[in-house]
Amino acid sequence: MTAIHNAVLERPGALDVERVRADFPILKLKVNQKPLVFLDNAASSQMPQPVIDRLVKYQTSEHANIHRAVHYLSEKATSEYEAARRKAQRFINAPDEHAVIFTSGTTEGINLVAHGYGRKFIGAGDEIILTTLEHHSNIVPWQMLAEEKGARIRVVPINDRGELDVAEYKRLFNAHTKFVGVGHVSNALGTINPVKELIAIAHEHDVPVLVDGAQAAPHTRVDVQDLDCDFYAFSGHKVCGPTGIGILYGKAALLEKMQPFKGGGDMILSVTFEKTTYNTIPHKFEAGTPPIAAAIGMGAALDYLSGIGMDTIAAHETDLLDYATDQVNRMPGVRIIGTAEQKAAVVSFVVQGVHPHDVGTLLNEEGVAIRTGHHCAQPVMQRFKVPATCRASFAFYNTMSEVDALVAAIRKVQKVFG
Amino acid sequence: MADTKQLYQEVILDHNRKPRNWGTLPDATHQAEGVNPLCGDRLQLAVKLSDDAVEGIAFEGESCAICKASASMMTTAVKGKARSDAERLIQEFRDMATGKLDTGKEPHHLGRLTVFAGVRDLPTRVKCAILPWHTLHAAFNSMRTTSTEADADPMHEQTPGGAA
Repeated sequence: MTAIHNAVLERPGALDVERVRADFPILKLKVNQKPLVFLDNAASSQMPQPVIDRLVKYQTSEHANIHRAVHYLSEKATSEYEAARRKAQRFINAPDEHAVIFTSGTTEGINLVAHGYGRKFIGAGDEIILTTLEHHSNIVPWQMLAEEKGARIRVVPINDRGELDVAEYKRLFNAHTKFVGVGHVSNALGTINPVKELIAIAHEHDVPVLVDGAQAAPHTRVDVQDLDCDFYAFSGHKVCGPTGIGILYGKAALLEKMQPFKGGGDMILSVTFEKTTYNTIPHKFEAGTPPIAAAIGMGAALDYLSGIGMDTIAAHETDLLDYATDQVNRMPGVRIIGTAEQKAAVVSFVVQGVHPHDVGTLLNEEGVAIRTGHHCAQPVMQRFKVPATCRASFAFYNTMSEVDALVAAIRKVQKVFG
Repeated sequence: MADTKQLYQEVILDHNRKPRNWGTLPDATHQAEGVNPLCGDRLQLAVKLSDDAVEGIAFEGESCAICKASASMMTTAVKGKARSDAERLIQEFRDMATGKLDTGKEPHHLGRLTVFAGVRDLPTRVKCAILPWHTLHAAFNSMRTTSTEADADPMHEQTPGGAA
């Protein structure tokens, strides 16, 4: 994978965007006769050639079912699958590869904890703290649990900039508090939450914390030991990997105590109709044949990101954010929603007098891909009293001239709507 | 590729800026609310049927330009018409928006409503254009609310580009 090394300029710490872009075949597309400007990375990122090649290599010469047979291909597939687990372990600095569970994505990771931990340890009258910024995937599983058990959801409010009210968070803790779920980075606004501080506060009350890292893992260095989080979930397709794969990290002691989420093959040691003995972690949580190719592909994607360097990626994205924020702020009639001090490269905005869906359709006409809607974060929309926003979300392969293309396209929208 | 500029033409932009029959209808005989939970479009539609004809119609709500203009032009198109004629328009509009009716080649009664034909190339926007018609259908059948995602959605199966 020399391509990843090519991506880094001689000047240490700086990103050669054009070299990076050459790794992404899809970025050469034209949409409506215009060069594609892909600014919907918070929904899903694109895949570089080394990851595509890795998937092809696996299917071409390595595929069989894992953890089963003694033949060459099964052993090869198993060792590559487990190697991908170790890549994920290194990527988030998990202390132990057994604490790294393959899931289908962040949503399944959160559901796994809600079932495996929540249904066992959260009961009637208990309280779960979530935040206004959460994606629906970190709200609904807990609501389902609360409904089943008679537990209660408490919600941390946000201020007008889209930042969590930490003082109010502290006040929500009481003897009934049993769990905290918080996003590392808000998908709708880009706010980076002070998760390390929030985790420390929860631990003062002996309350475990799940961090939804779907929007953080692609953009910042994640160190689960430094954060001291109890659970951390993220998705493969947002870190330049395939869909259908993700990671749930959990502290081993907690994972050991938890109930399996799904029953089936591979998650057992022995089965009789009288009694089944569950396998050890992480296999206890990986019932059935997993998406092996996707896991190996995600491993290659994490290698790719690490090859560029998460700090290099974060620095470039911060430049993009600063430039985009400045440019959009100069536009009359355009308002940015979410102006947190600490932000990932997400610009959520509304154009006065134009519904976000009309903005999105007209931007598409210019080849600019953004997301419009409620971003699966309706409580955030309600807080800012908007039905929807337009969201431009950047990745390390985006350029300053793509910011210019976005701004020019928004101007065209304003012209059409007069 | 869809030529969206053709969709956002002056007649649609004009109805978006100045929607006709906007408001409520105190003596309505039929009402329905239309909701598209995927994008947040929401409109309330009130109809006064007299001798099985649309004597009065009004709408209000919050939606994108395509939805609002479609609702506005729908109200002007069906006002004064027999219910059966309005229902035929619902059918034809839906068929046009979903690409089943080629208004350039096949007979229809849509008139100026053909400005929405371009929406067929924008699967995610088809529902925006259809929602008001959907809601009119629900109002005629005295359903209080309808949703583009409802199980009981009377048109759901015929709406491609669905719940994605």
